[in-house]
Amino acid sequence: MSERRMSGAEMVLAALADNGVETVFGYPGGAVLPIYDAIFQQNRIRHVLVRQEGGAVHAAEGYARSTGRVGCVLVTSGPGATNAVTGLLDAQMDSIPLVCITGQVPTHLIGNDAFQEADTTGITRPCTKHNYLVKDVEQLAATIHEAFHVARSGRPGPVLIDLPKDIQFATGTYRTPDECNFSYRPAYEPEAAAIEKVIAMIAEAERPLFYTGGGVINSGPQAATALTDLVRLTGIPCTSTLMGLGAFPASDPHFLGMLGMHGTYEANLATHGCDLLICVGARFDDRVTGKVSAFSPGSKKIHIDIDASSINKNVRVDLPVVGDAGRALEMILGSWRESGLQVKAEALAAWWRQIDKWRAVDCLAYERADPVIKPQYALERLRDALKGRDDVFITTEVGQHQMWAAQFLPFEKPNRWMTSGGLGTMGYGLPAAVGVQMAHPGATVIDVAGEASILMNIQEMSTAVQYRLPVKIFILNNKWMGMVRQWQELLHGGRFSESYTAALPDFVKLAEAFGGTGLRATTVDDLDEAIAKMLAAPGPVILDVVVDETEMCFPMIPGGAAHNEIMLRRQDRTESDPAAREEGMVLV
Amino acid sequence: MIVSGSSERIERHTLAVLVVNEPGVLARVIGLFAGRGYNIESLTVAEVERDKGLSRITLVTSGTRMIIDQIKSQLERLVPIRRVRDLTEEGPFVGRELALVKVVGETGGGHTRRGDVLRIAEGFGARIIDSSESSFVFEVTESTEKVDQFLSMMVGLGRLEVARTGIVALSRGPESI
Repeated sequence: MSERRMSGAEMVLAALADNGVETVFGYPGGAVLPIYDAIFQQNRIRHVLVRQEGGAVHAAEGYARSTGRVGCVLVTSGPGATNAVTGLLDAQMDSIPLVCITGQVPTHLIGNDAFQEADTTGITRPCTKHNYLVKDVEQLAATIHEAFHVARSGRPGPVLIDLPKDIQFATGTYRTPDECNFSYRPAYEPEAAAIEKVIAMIAEAERPLFYTGGGVINSGPQAATALTDLVRLTGIPCTSTLMGLGAFPASDPHFLGMLGMHGTYEANLATHGCDLLICVGARFDDRVTGKVSAFSPGSKKIHIDIDASSINKNVRVDLPVVGDAGRALEMILGSWRESGLQVKAEALAAWWRQIDKWRAVDCLAYERADPVIKPQYALERLRDALKGRDDVFITTEVGQHQMWAAQFLPFEKPNRWMTSGGLGTMGYGLPAAVGVQMAHPGATVIDVAGEASILMNIQEMSTAVQYRLPVKIFILNNKWMGMVRQWQELLHGGRFSESYTAALPDFVKLAEAFGGTGLRATTVDDLDEAIAKMLAAPGPVILDVVVDETEMCFPMIPGGAAHNEIMLRRQDRTESDPAAREEGMVLV
Repeated sequence: MIVSGSSERIERHTLAVLVVNEPGVLARVIGLFAGRGYNIESLTVAEVERDKGLSRITLVTSGTRMIIDQIKSQLERLVPIRRVRDLTEEGPFVGRELALVKVVGETGGGHTRRGDVLRIAEGFGARIIDSSESSFVFEVTESTEKVDQFLSMMVGLGRLEVARTGIVALSRGPESI
């Protein structure tokens, strides 16, 4: 069995291949040179060279979220590892499965403040699901296999393996995943008794509501199918978190849109007014709940989650169900059909009449303008240009454009929407789009961006050009950090402190300088043609859409407010309750 | 942050946690408490099953019911943690801590004080493990409350220096973790 004897570096590649990895996003450096040498001498695993390690992690996130597989990152020690930290925490917050391998100085130098040494496991302990420092080449293969197992099991998340350079050179015996036992076994199967209680509560409810999140998407496509079937079968309305968009088709009349801070009026008032809230794979995050003490005050709450620590963390629930979202939905669907139970049809019809009244408010309406392009209008034109296409993946940066994209772009399928939800990382969208496009070479991948966010990882344009990835960067350029500006206008007396970018690059020339295509639309009349050109461009393309500088994103539930205090337009700003506003100012 | 959390009673719980004895595992536990703002009143750790490489952490913490439940499920979520048991909740348990107590008398102090010190020590079953003309070191192994009581009795009889382990605990009866 001499072929099983190999160097640590070769073992890394063998283990990645055995765990189904085809693409690794990374950046070389001194402490990972043996692994890069091994990469050079094989062709099973493709390496994508990013321009900064932070980009590698976001690219792996985009790859993971658009495929449902584990994303893989390879970076060097010290600055390579610290640059990866933001992406790791981003993946931790949004439950994205990643395995990140970092180089480390040789074991005898650890702790000596050696060149490019960082306490990587110490730094990343709170921003990974788990991490390892491998000090014995005989443990390396098993550690990598376990890392993949941990990343994808239970609530997914990022796992880091810190690998000293001498271990990469050392020779050891390779073991396959089948030869390893993993003690980490999170609960998967919900309890049948809890499922019986769920269906009894659904049958009792007069104003039920599904509130679904990223857990449905993480569970896999069968979870989205089960959710869709269950909602349609029972006729219960459904709202989704930012992370959950696409799990239930946006075009279905049961869908109320996103809930939370910039969610729709109907979704938020339904959350406030329901008598049964069925939360599936979401975590009652503060962007969703607003003022916790006033959150959905009259409802019984069911919480289905694979992570028991998410239950009763922010909001006390009446029925916890610990287990996989998809499995729970399938069991509920099965039990519901078998039981012959019915929803309270009359009450549900009255509930829908109420919801339709809220819908009639048309909360996403905005003032049309000409020739100035409203950002919402730009997204509507993009949406219409994409109508009927089944191959569209959207990523975003963070800010107003992200919320507008969530409001105005319809997602019919899971894994088509990649956004930084929990951490809110500006600079996520472009590298994520690179990762998505690597996984889906023929698809239309669009990064809906703001002019401020895009500059945080613009260097990845160079990656897109190198790998001929036709990612489309759709910048809603209002010259401001729009969301910062909006909060300054609403909560800080209109003192626009440092939120204006006085020296922006010419994005058309910038795109060209990178070797891509640059386009610009400045008026309503330019827009459709520019979008068409963007979609037709064969390589990476930036479309700089010059939009209204002062437009605000509504609806908005100000921080610290309840769902029924939702603002629909600028004029709704309440001066009446300064205490509430101060509380809101303290919250972010 | 928590609905009606502030009005709830603060409870003290003793947790027994079995962990894989690997580098960084204690840092994970402590980091969890520090990062999420939970209290640690005492924490002890040592390897207990060498062949399986398992260590046992006994941890005393306090918080509302909701916080205690959070602490348990957050601990359970850590990969190297094998088992978490809430001894306070799951029934009667015995807890003991070891204290080393140095009592230093005033120089040339009366023999009556020395006599008082020894009488109290005897009453608590404290062993003398060091003595000099003006000082004793006692070893007391007792419940936290008894150790507290011992110290309060001694405090008037000299200058004290105290080292305590924090409690280790097991459930009563035949059940094990």
